[in-house]
Order: sequence, then structure tokens, then C-alpha cells
Amino acid sequence: MDFSLFPRDLFAELDRLQRQVQQAFEVSPSIRGFARGGFPALNVASTPQSAEIYAFAPGLNPASIEVQLERGVLSISGERKEDRPADEARASVHVKERFAGRFHRVITLSDDLDPEVVRANYREGVLHISIQRQQAAQPRRIQVN
Amino acid sequence: MNKTDSVARESRPAANSTAHSTPHSSESPALLPPVDVIEDAGGITLFADLPGVPRDRLDVHIDGDMLIIEGEMGLEMPKDMEAVHVEVNLPRYRRVFTLSKELDPGRLSAELKQGVLKVHIHKAEHAKPRRIQVSG
Repeated sequence: MDFSLFPRDLFAELDRLQRQVQQAFEVSPSIRGFARGGFPALNVASTPQSAEIYAFAPGLNPASIEVQLERGVLSISGERKEDRPADEARASVHVKERFAGRFHRVITLSDDLDPEVVRANYREGVLHISIQRQQAAQPRRIQVN
Repeated sequence: MNKTDSVARESRPAANSTAHSTPHSSESPALLPPVDVIEDAGGITLFADLPGVPRDRLDVHIDGDMLIIEGEMGLEMPKDMEAVHVEVNLPRYRRVFTLSKELDPGRLSAELKQGVLKVHIHKAEHAKPRRIQVSG
């Protein structure tokens, strides 16, 4: 039984239970994770022509986001500063749930993507990265010596 | 839910991450956006992460003593898209807070910038802090 500060804090118990259930049922398809709950949250989709990545990273300066694609591995990193009140010394923080600090997320994509044809744009706090697939390589005859 | 809390305490939804609904809202399930709530002498400032919500699909309003934040995402997506990995699984956000009496719901300002909503609610004049002399 986990320690509860207030023994009858029903909501804390329910939160804990929910986390346990989540951990029990979620699987990681890749060694690099796709771990949930990280910042930014990621949605990945594919079309016949491209891979589409949506990173939910509100409150950033787009110029400060680093996006790298190397051999099918996409990494997104940057820093999110805390929103501090003007009169910090006399302010009290009642709730603090939002992420602050440096972040770095790495995802493995399929290896048929063309690192030369990438579009990334940041709107309303969502970074959308679209990577074209390589033109299907023509079948080639391989010489046997 | 306990509405007598002294600060802008959240009306807590059930333990899952979808917000509950009040009689005034749509019944559709929604994400619960993370928030920061900071209080100073002048009032309460609330920051909420609502990535993907454009200004025209954001709704911040007061209903009685409740502050209701709702937003719908407006992401552009290719038509023939197939999801591979999904962490954000609903297209809308919703969160409800109960305001305490010393806040003045008539003096509320909200701004949305790069997916971050900032709401400031002033305290009623009579509720501003006064220093109380302790004798003895």
C-alpha cells in the first residue's frame, strides 16, 4: 500500500491506480521508447508519400527548436522556460503541472525517408514535421561474378 | 464538489484524464490540459497548455462561480494519413475550475500565444491583502 498523506484522499488513490493500470497495459514498440508522458507529446502518422510527425510543444520560440533527422532517427530538442509571475517574491504557486526545462525526444521512423525533403513548421504550439519518402528505387539487375 | 476552497481550486473530474461535463457543455470527451496557477496580491494567473487550438476555437467563460476553459484543435492533416503512434488522442481540451469569492469574475483577461493560454483574474478590491498587526 502506498503512503498517502491523508488516508482518505480518494483522488490521490484513484490517480495512483490509474497510473498503475496505464503502466501495466502500455507496450513500447521500439527500443527507443515512444514512451508516453514525455514532453512534447508526439503523434506520428504515415501516408504513401510521407511521414507526418506532430509534436505538441506549446509556448516555444520556433527558432529555438532543434530538429534533426539522421538515418531514419528523428530528434526534437529545445528548452521551455517557466512562465513566472512579475512579482515573483510575493507570489505563491498553487498548481504546477506544466513542463519546464530542457527536453529531448527521439523517435525511430522507417528508413525509406528522404532527409533532403523535410518541412517543419510551428503553429499554435504544434510542431508539424513532414518528411517525404524516397522515390521508389528502380529495380536493378545485380551482376553475379 | 467542494466549492468553498479559498483559491481557484479545480473542480476535479473523475480519475481518468478526460474532463467531466457540466449541464452547459457538450458531452464529448476532452483532454485535461496541464495548468499552472499562481497567485499574487492582485489576483490569480492561470497558464494552460492548449497546443493546436487557434484563437477562434478557444472558449474561456465564467458560469456562476466556475471558470470554464474549452478549446478545439484545428490541425491540418493530409487526407490519406494513417496513425502510427498516438499520444494525443482527442481533438479538444476542457477544464473547469471553481473560483473563490474574493476573485472578481468581471475583471478577467485572457490571451493565447503559441498554444499557451494565460488567464488573469483580479481580486475584488475588498479582498486585497492587508497586514494584520499581531500584538502581545
